[in-house]
Amino acid sequence: MTALARMAGAPGIWKPFAGGTDLMVLLEAGKLPHRKFLNIWKLPELRGIVVTPTHVSLGALTTYSEVRRSEPLVQEFPLLCRAAVETGSVATQNRGTLGGNIANASPAADSPPALLVYDAELELVSASGTRRVPFHGFWRGYKQLALRGDELIGSIYLPRNKKDWRQFYRKVGTRRAQAISKVCFAGTAWVEAGRIEDIRISLGSVAPTVLRATGTETVLRGQQPTPEVVRGAQEALACEISPIDDIRSTSRYRLLVAQNLLAEFCESLTA
Amino acid sequence: MPEELHKVRVQCEINGKIVSLEAYPMARLLDVLREQVGLKGTKEGCGEGECGACSIQLDGALVNSCLIPLQQADGAKIRTIEGVAISGKLSAVQQAFLEHGGAQCGICTPGMILAAMNLLERNAQPTEDDIREGLSGNLCRCTGYTKIVESVVEAWRSARRAV
Amino acid sequence: MAIENRHIGRSVPRKEGREKVTGASRYVDDLVFPELLHGATVRSAVPRGRIRGIHFGKEIPWNEFTIVTAKDIPGKNCVSLLIEDQPCLANDFINHPEEAIVLLAHPDKYLLEEARRAVHIEAEPLPAVFSIEDSLARKHIIWGEDNIFKAYHVEKGDVERAWGDATFVVEGEYETGAQEQLYIEPQGMIAQAEPGIGVTVWGSLQCPYYVHKALVRLFGLPKEHVRVVQTETGGGFGGKEEYPSMIAGHAALLAWKSGKPVKMIYDRAEDMAATTKRHPSRTRHRTGFTREGKLVAMEIDFTLDGGAYETLSPVVLSRGTIHAAGPYSCPNVNIRSRVVATNAPPHGAFRGFGAPQSVFALERHLDRASEVLGLSPEELRRRNFIREGETLAVGQVIREKVEMGKLLDRALELSGYHEKRARFAAENPRNTIKRGIGFASFLHGAGFTGSGEEHLASEALVTVTPDGRVQVLAGSTEMGQGTNTVFAQIAAEAIGVDCEQIEILQPDTSLVPNSGPTVASRTTMIVGKLVESAALRLKHALLESGFLKGAFTSEQFGQACRQYIGKFGALQALEKYKHPADLHWDDGKYQGDAYGAYAWAVYVAEVAVDPRTAEVRVEDFVAVQEVGKVINPVLAAGQIEGGVAQGIGFALYENVVWQEGRMMNGQMTNYIIPTSMDVPKIRVFFEELPYARGPAGAKGIGELPLDGTAPAIANAIAHATGADVREIPMTPEKLTELLERVHA
Repeated sequence: MTALARMAGAPGIWKPFAGGTDLMVLLEAGKLPHRKFLNIWKLPELRGIVVTPTHVSLGALTTYSEVRRSEPLVQEFPLLCRAAVETGSVATQNRGTLGGNIANASPAADSPPALLVYDAELELVSASGTRRVPFHGFWRGYKQLALRGDELIGSIYLPRNKKDWRQFYRKVGTRRAQAISKVCFAGTAWVEAGRIEDIRISLGSVAPTVLRATGTETVLRGQQPTPEVVRGAQEALACEISPIDDIRSTSRYRLLVAQNLLAEFCESLTA
Repeated sequence: MPEELHKVRVQCEINGKIVSLEAYPMARLLDVLREQVGLKGTKEGCGEGECGACSIQLDGALVNSCLIPLQQADGAKIRTIEGVAISGKLSAVQQAFLEHGGAQCGICTPGMILAAMNLLERNAQPTEDDIREGLSGNLCRCTGYTKIVESVVEAWRSARRAV
Repeated sequence: MAIENRHIGRSVPRKEGREKVTGASRYVDDLVFPELLHGATVRSAVPRGRIRGIHFGKEIPWNEFTIVTAKDIPGKNCVSLLIEDQPCLANDFINHPEEAIVLLAHPDKYLLEEARRAVHIEAEPLPAVFSIEDSLARKHIIWGEDNIFKAYHVEKGDVERAWGDATFVVEGEYETGAQEQLYIEPQGMIAQAEPGIGVTVWGSLQCPYYVHKALVRLFGLPKEHVRVVQTETGGGFGGKEEYPSMIAGHAALLAWKSGKPVKMIYDRAEDMAATTKRHPSRTRHRTGFTREGKLVAMEIDFTLDGGAYETLSPVVLSRGTIHAAGPYSCPNVNIRSRVVATNAPPHGAFRGFGAPQSVFALERHLDRASEVLGLSPEELRRRNFIREGETLAVGQVIREKVEMGKLLDRALELSGYHEKRARFAAENPRNTIKRGIGFASFLHGAGFTGSGEEHLASEALVTVTPDGRVQVLAGSTEMGQGTNTVFAQIAAEAIGVDCEQIEILQPDTSLVPNSGPTVASRTTMIVGKLVESAALRLKHALLESGFLKGAFTSEQFGQACRQYIGKFGALQALEKYKHPADLHWDDGKYQGDAYGAYAWAVYVAEVAVDPRTAEVRVEDFVAVQEVGKVINPVLAAGQIEGGVAQGIGFALYENVVWQEGRMMNGQMTNYIIPTSMDVPKIRVFFEELPYARGPAGAKGIGELPLDGTAPAIANAIAHATGADVREIPMTPEKLTELLERVHA
């Protein structure tokens, strides 16, 4: 693959370029320091949705439109489809890719919370081989990826083990379409006899990266979601997230809404 | 802004015609269409992929041309507003916009019509909610969208009647 | 005698519609000129300061560039409007962020942008003022002697004495924020000059003669040497009323100095940062009611933030002041208003022009008052609606038929108001999503205030070609609202030919007369009337000549034109505005007949509020208005629908984030206007009580929808949640705080 060879030859110099929905905006604003752009848009190795008994794998160049239309994803990973529907607009969805979204590492990204509550894994490819890493932890800090200068995100793997879990996704944006999120909440939970046996919670726009609220998960794991338990979880959440004031919203609003969405999720688990 | 120093040549089909284009690889397709091909119907409203005034169809998909670098249009089939009417005959969507007030100042109209046609190609009988979702990437400041939605409904209904 | 209208009242398709739906319309950025240069503007980074130096970075080949500063201005360095306080290019002092200082032109757009970033303005900062409070407190004097551009005082009856008659007194303070017009086509101009001789500009604009006047002054040229042509304009809403004079001046100065045509198109970021916005407002009400809820005393204090220069602020203040007391009858009214200077880019015209601000305050205040009085909001309005023969706050006697009660009935019925009002109140306690329904009742005066139309002295010309085409020449511009089509319908009806036979000429100051600006909801009502009268006179001339008989076909009409022109030369009728003799306005006392006609309206908004996120959705919207005569139903409804959508943005979404006079969220990603998913189907209904002085009885409607939409929504939110809404935009962040107070 000549793309990988190029990147191996000059690590960090080449900026991989997929659908351009983020990068073209930055380029026009003069905010991309790179001078060499590697067009990966048509690379067949990075496309396609494959279903195996244990996983559904999505090529990094899978667009949001493709996610929305994919029957296996609609069936087993509906939160990812919800996220895709709420990303931008039709034109953005036709060009925006999951890999590009992950690489851009915006703390307000819409799909990563869904990916995280599905325990997604990433396959990273380079001229020297491939490696598989959990998506959780891939973002080290604000816009910092655990990605080498010669690597591309190749695929996203979704283990097919959440089918019977409860699923919840809610994005609170500036308006109903074409909106950057103010708070984004994704949750999956395995509930048996009223008890939360296992749980995953992820939020966007309340920290320097999209995060897994593992502390909050711990408070809820093994519990019945009574109002008292939920209040405890909300307190734990307040300790885990660090929402800020910015031009779209306030830290106070984000905290309140994050806690309300957590309560909404927990309430849905009692049904 | 073109970063790479050497221009590239790409070939694509625009409104049914094969065209050869030369520009910097990161040049915006919007600019190339307007300035090199002379197709002024596609508009710039924001330059950041938010308003949809630059919407075109690229290989059958609705896209914002202000976000497409020219090198990615190589070998593509492109339709702009100029390619919608066939031999001067307005499409059902255009006719409906004309009769039902879908266009006021007209600046969002080319993108809006492409978006509407794109929607109807995928969903021949969309509900009002489907229409509002399908057009949500095209901002209009004049109409408040009511007559745009009515125009799209009328377009598919009249297309059905014509069959 | 009832003659059925052939064209009036029909939804004739938009005259330039075919070009618009095929992408054939040519907006300014679509035009190509040989040897075109692109123009760019170097702007101030400080809100207030003294220019100490201008430094040009070494990496740019400056000898390739045309560079213009204030020193290059041949005439007066000003953007001539009401007064001449605003410079075209800042010379010594800077008074707002983004103020224009240096102009550059070059054939390469990209190099031009690099060059723009390479010019450094050395400025010694001066202390600045950013709020109404600081400006009024004279923290620093930044304009004139006291920071006040203009003040008005309206007095009716004796408010001080009237407090004694009030059983209830209700007070409140209300605020509205800045709003960006966000026409989808940014500001743009192309200028060509014969250096030393003349200037021509083509561009996106609403008022060709405003631009003309400004260029004459800027260049010190005779009027005949300046030509302004309006290109197809992609939205204006007032944002292209005054500002085009500035950008036209800039493009023309570059053309003058370079000897080449210059195109200047703002990108969205520059447009939002540097151009006008709706004036932010603060209104204080103190209102006295009798036990039965009748208005007995209204004390209103109304303040607008005007930004750094006067521009049109006195007129915005005027309209806001006159509309502040609404469509109600109150014997004692005292309105004190003022517009003050701050170090922000000057605020300017935006559809509604002061009235949306004062009407928001009044209609929200009356709903709050109704709670205190123990009356329903609609009963309070009913008991106070003005009737024929009664007087408005400025003393204008209502001499037209007014049926506010009927409009209210109709609006409440169409929206299911009573049933929903009760049902929502009953269901909300057990539902997660809270629903509410609220309304606003209001009026909007069409045309320029008081003696304004008289001073404008507008003209319109109708002429015919030898082959029978009728041409309408007017300075009024089409920007989507339907000017071309409505004028064609009016002329066709008056003469008795088909609409297709009417040609509306492109507004070009070398060809068309000055019909006044395309603003103030005046184009159909005032200029349309001139077109109607001119067309009638032209027809009469043909009839009287004997070449045309009473009933005629198109061919016969064409033949008659040919014969008339052959015998007499040209055939044309120029109609000049005549101010009605029975309209009297006293500018000194600010009393009298403020407007020739008012449109009257009741708007009802239904909302759903999610208390978990404080998001508000407008679920249904009913707009009922009495407008004299609907000339084109599709176009008229389109005006209301579009205005309501802008009002929804004003109420809920459109928040300008300010930091020291600078707009921080100047991108479409972060300045939020509604998408198609954020507004419901907007339901529009008209009543018609023909206005004798309007063409076919029509009044003006363009701005009306901006007045009542936001307060109807605010009242609905209050009904849904109990939140005491006092300001807009009512963003979820702000609503969250109000909801907490409700639960406390």
